[in-house]
Amino acid sequence: MIQVEGLTKRYGEKLAVDDLSFTVAPGKVTGFLGPNGSGKSTTMRLMLGLDAPSEGSATVNGKRYAEHADPLSEVGALLEAGAIHPGRSARNHLLALAQTQGIARSRVEELIDLVGLHEVAGERVGQFSLGMGQRLGVASALLGDPETLILDEPINGLDPDGIHWIRDLLRGLAGEGRTVLLSSHLMSEMALTADHLIIIGRGRLIRDVSFADFMSQSSPQAVRVRSPDAGELRLVLSPHAHVSTREPGVLEVQGMSSEEIGERAAESGLVLYELAPLQVSLEDAFMRLTRDEVEYTNSTPTGPAPIEPERIAA
Amino acid sequence: MTSTTAHIGLAKPPARGRVTQLRVARSEWTKLRSLRSTVYALIATAVLTIGFGLVGSAFTASGWSSMSAANKASFNPLNTSLLGVSLGVLAIGVLGVLIVTGEYSTGMVRSTFAAVPTRLPVLWAKAGVYFLVALAVAVPATLLAFFGGQALLSSEHLQISFAHAGVARAVFGAAGYLTLVGVIGLGLGSILRNTAAGIASLTALIFVIPPLIDILPSSLSDSIGPYLPSNAGEAMMRIGHQAHLLSPAAGLAVLAGYALATLTLGAILLLRRDV
Repeated sequence: MIQVEGLTKRYGEKLAVDDLSFTVAPGKVTGFLGPNGSGKSTTMRLMLGLDAPSEGSATVNGKRYAEHADPLSEVGALLEAGAIHPGRSARNHLLALAQTQGIARSRVEELIDLVGLHEVAGERVGQFSLGMGQRLGVASALLGDPETLILDEPINGLDPDGIHWIRDLLRGLAGEGRTVLLSSHLMSEMALTADHLIIIGRGRLIRDVSFADFMSQSSPQAVRVRSPDAGELRLVLSPHAHVSTREPGVLEVQGMSSEEIGERAAESGLVLYELAPLQVSLEDAFMRLTRDEVEYTNSTPTGPAPIEPERIAA
Repeated sequence: MTSTTAHIGLAKPPARGRVTQLRVARSEWTKLRSLRSTVYALIATAVLTIGFGLVGSAFTASGWSSMSAANKASFNPLNTSLLGVSLGVLAIGVLGVLIVTGEYSTGMVRSTFAAVPTRLPVLWAKAGVYFLVALAVAVPATLLAFFGGQALLSSEHLQISFAHAGVARAVFGAAGYLTLVGVIGLGLGSILRNTAAGIASLTALIFVIPPLIDILPSSLSDSIGPYLPSNAGEAMMRIGHQAHLLSPAAGLAVLAGYALATLTLGAILLLRRDV
């Protein structure tokens, strides 16, 4: 369990993390989402005691990370790609980390096999692809068989096979009752992986929501209708739903299901060429949620950025 | 690449061990020996120390008959054979800098301090391990430089015996000078966390500042000069009374003081700064 309370980090004038509070619960995968530069990596560094908070606290299982006598068994961390010396072999990198708390060499070999780096374990890490580097990062995170995992962009750079692998791995670890927090700037990486989402922008908490709730809340259930009788159809549907005209002959209907629209059209004897339910993609929903926070940095703060009318949820 | 099931595949859970100073030292030893730059820099240290001593001794021996009386008067077989030490200190000091700054430039430092979040054991381990490694290279290197140099000088019967008063102390003093400059480099690296800045400040401290001090009025340079690290080191590897140099023991104390001071400042900054 990770607890973040009033966490704030200033770098000079810049506020990187702004009064963040949330809890990461065990037994599920929590996605830590935000655009680039929103403070995800900083928050993770604060959790690991690499940076000191300006205010507030981050604790793991009730203690600051640095207060644990066996930190690698408490928290496994995969830090941003590049937290590895490129001149050292994967095996020696893992061995050096393991030795700090007396973890056996056999455990290092076990993890090299687990992440599929057996054939290249003796080669210098500088030769590795980004994906191989990520696998090495996962191995170092698992060295101490930790109860809590903090992974910064672990999916970044993995091929589809690797993405599948890490999803299974993280879901399995959460299934064993561990706490798993992984960050990403892409909502698509969270689909099929995360049970819970913590979304931040410009260092501030935007949403702390289960994945299922986020999905249902962000699906406006609009239906795209193409018809040669679009004008008449609009008159038929308007009393029951919100109808907008996207282009000549095409309507977007919110508030009615495809079935209802089809039945109304049939009753009125109107021809339909196309009847397609639309869902705002998760990525769109995420972008819309964080856009204000991103745009704020580029424009004068004159209130929330306007939302494009056609994307307003019902 | 393998696709595994989620189970993390343990026959038995690994023993949960605590972080201890000795374990961190073992980790730092693994780090040190597993980088090529370490090996290259240590070889460079030995080659410079031994090579320049041998070359200087060979030139002196072969040119002795045609050498001016003044040069003959200032000749000292011990100093000639240890000529390379003043260059060896650069290589061993640069490696000291790199042991720390290499972690910052690559980002490795975040893995290091995530594993040892109390931080200080890492600095002590790095300093302790490098002290021993540097000593293990410097002692044989200075001994080889001395005995090789004396062998070459003996062709002209110019050699000095290892048993001569103060000679053994001076040879081991040279090894101590090399070792402590290595630790000073490591301390500077911890303070500056940047390779270029670390090497520049080390070079300035050893090579640039001493000649600048010499330009000052002698009343000033005489009182400051002996306390510079290079002159303190020089004092450790000379025999007989040396004008403008401290005694060997005082030289050792001053040089060790520099090493401790840089490490202490590095430690204070390590606790205060974000990684």
